[in-house]
Amino acid sequence: MTTTTATHRGFWYRHPKLQLAGLLSAPMAWLVVVYLGSLLALFLTAFWQVNDFTSQVERTFTFRNFQEVFTNPAYYGTVFRTVSIALLTTLICIVIAVPLAFFMARVVRPRYQAVMIAMILTPLWASYLVKVYAWRAMLQPESGVIAWFLQPFGIGGPGYGFIGIVITLSYLWLPYMVLPIYTAFSRLPNSMLDASADLGARNGRTFRSVVFPIVFPSIVAGSIFTFSLSLGDYITAQIVGGKLLMLGNVVQQTYVTNLPFAAAVSMIPVVIVLAYLFAVRRSGALDNL
Amino acid sequence: MKAPAFIESIKRRMQVQKKRLLTIVAAASASAMLVAACGGDSASSGGAAAPEAAVYEGPVGDGEGELNILAWPGYAENGTTSPDVDWVTPFTEATGCKANVKVFGTSDEAVKLMQGGGWDVVSASGDASLRLIYGDNVQPVNMELTPNYADVFEGLKKQQWNSVNGQAYGMPHGRGANLLMYNTEQVSPAPDSWSVVFEGDTPLAGKVSAYDSPIAIADAAVYLMATKPELGITYPYALDKDQFAAAIALLEQQKGVVGEYWNDYLKQMAAFTEGTTLASTTWQVVANALQGEGVKVDAVKPKEGATGWSDTWMIAKDTPNINCAYKWLDWIASPEINAQAAEYFGEAPANSKACALTANKDHCAIFHADQQDYWNDVYYWNTPTTACLDGRTDVECVPYSEWGTAWTALRS
Repeated sequence: MTTTTATHRGFWYRHPKLQLAGLLSAPMAWLVVVYLGSLLALFLTAFWQVNDFTSQVERTFTFRNFQEVFTNPAYYGTVFRTVSIALLTTLICIVIAVPLAFFMARVVRPRYQAVMIAMILTPLWASYLVKVYAWRAMLQPESGVIAWFLQPFGIGGPGYGFIGIVITLSYLWLPYMVLPIYTAFSRLPNSMLDASADLGARNGRTFRSVVFPIVFPSIVAGSIFTFSLSLGDYITAQIVGGKLLMLGNVVQQTYVTNLPFAAAVSMIPVVIVLAYLFAVRRSGALDNL
Repeated sequence: MKAPAFIESIKRRMQVQKKRLLTIVAAASASAMLVAACGGDSASSGGAAAPEAAVYEGPVGDGEGELNILAWPGYAENGTTSPDVDWVTPFTEATGCKANVKVFGTSDEAVKLMQGGGWDVVSASGDASLRLIYGDNVQPVNMELTPNYADVFEGLKKQQWNSVNGQAYGMPHGRGANLLMYNTEQVSPAPDSWSVVFEGDTPLAGKVSAYDSPIAIADAAVYLMATKPELGITYPYALDKDQFAAAIALLEQQKGVVGEYWNDYLKQMAAFTEGTTLASTTWQVVANALQGEGVKVDAVKPKEGATGWSDTWMIAKDTPNINCAYKWLDWIASPEINAQAAEYFGEAPANSKACALTANKDHCAIFHADQQDYWNDVYYWNTPTTACLDGRTDVECVPYSEWGTAWTALRS
């Protein structure tokens, strides 16, 4: 009995590469075949065309889809709008999340920290659709809660449209921004703050020179979530966007009648997100996800 | 529609939404992948020549024990939406065909699913049926094998969207018109023209809504038929380049007064309840549901006429369950079942004898099931093709795929 065990252990011990292969083959297959493979297939699809009548994909090579996407001015507006929404959403999330995360990590007594984390996470448990429809009710132009709240100030509610989408998306993705920043704040060693104070730095200087550089990668990490999630969203735009379209809506509207065209459109957010990731990789954010 | 049923419909719509989310992911990745990997010969069916498929000669024998049904929401209810609404389980009990039902949200989705295969029967609207026929996805149907076909309204038999060269391709299910709905408290006098939703000087600017689908271009064409006869539009699904451009121009103008577009009747109901929308195209079922909720709305068919739908149950070309499929077509068209289905969805039944069997005895009157003259200026959804559907041969018409891209560009 002992001999067999020893041999067995010895086999894996003597073949470390086999061991590694056994461990990684399943996840790698998933990543390469299912994940990257489908992206590649999507990319290839963008070069085909459809039958005018039956909408069936015809495997004839063409640049027409990309040409249509990049030369029809109607789509510039949508790309610009979508990116603006994603950037603005990210910005609002940062503005809210940084003080909130600081408060949670450094001010609140430890026993309440868990409660606050739970409160931040709770909305994630509710259905996405329920939350968006709730915002639809709140954003209602004349009788919604927000319009009612703004009435005494003589301002009308934002109604459905650009601002409505930004507000709703900011609400939806806020937890994804709060959590990484909270982690960064709670990891911040007290000794560093002490050292900064000992060297004569005031609060502002400490924040700029000590706290911010440590927290910054986490902010970028959070922004990757909020930015890319906003970029691909289409249901929020449908419900609170009035007549505005985002890129996701264009894909949704065309993927059945013209799959190759939808594939070409869906390459735009992929390229934008890749560019974004490329731009932020030096900040160290990718180590903080 | 009573309140509990409405709540059920909300839940159902949300499931549909979720499914759509999945469908997007699936279509964007999986189907692209399948097409890539399998290397299908989909290109071969590119021509628009009528396919020559053999008609099943029958007789309809014992069922194969299984039937895969692709249906509009509310068309093939098996009790999962509401235990009281079930005409699929009795079908299984009567025929031994175990039914698997999948619900789709748009005609385009239905076409995509049928092209993927694996489904035996489908409830296709006119903007899907021809694509299925010419795409060689469905087979002609021998109506002699379905006794209930005899009682179907004559106006629904062998029409442009459910037959080719006199050969029927399926069993009519029901029909409805896309109506003009308005808020009766805030819109007066009551509108009798589509002008309130199309013209730039409408008093309802900003509170107008329109259906968010390429097929809405036909709504504009119907209005142009009446207001700009010089364009020479005779059939809203046969638009040549100039006529199409005029329709798009009208829709651009409409975009200025539209508050939001709708493609989900739940969202439309919310907009009318809130008062953010005061006038819009709609379906009778939505108007009824809103009236049931106490919202002050009414729906009319304006004087210009309207678009509409007329749905047909079709059989997949390669179905292995041909007997079960025929049994289903006959089952769904039987007076009792057709009455249940049409009343549940809120449309005019196809079977003339169904009118006597609806729970609400006024159902057929409300939905104008037996008034043929009501339907004379209702243009059922159809699939525009390069060959003009109105018979013109001196020009080419704009095909549906271009309707799709034009609509997306308009909305962007």
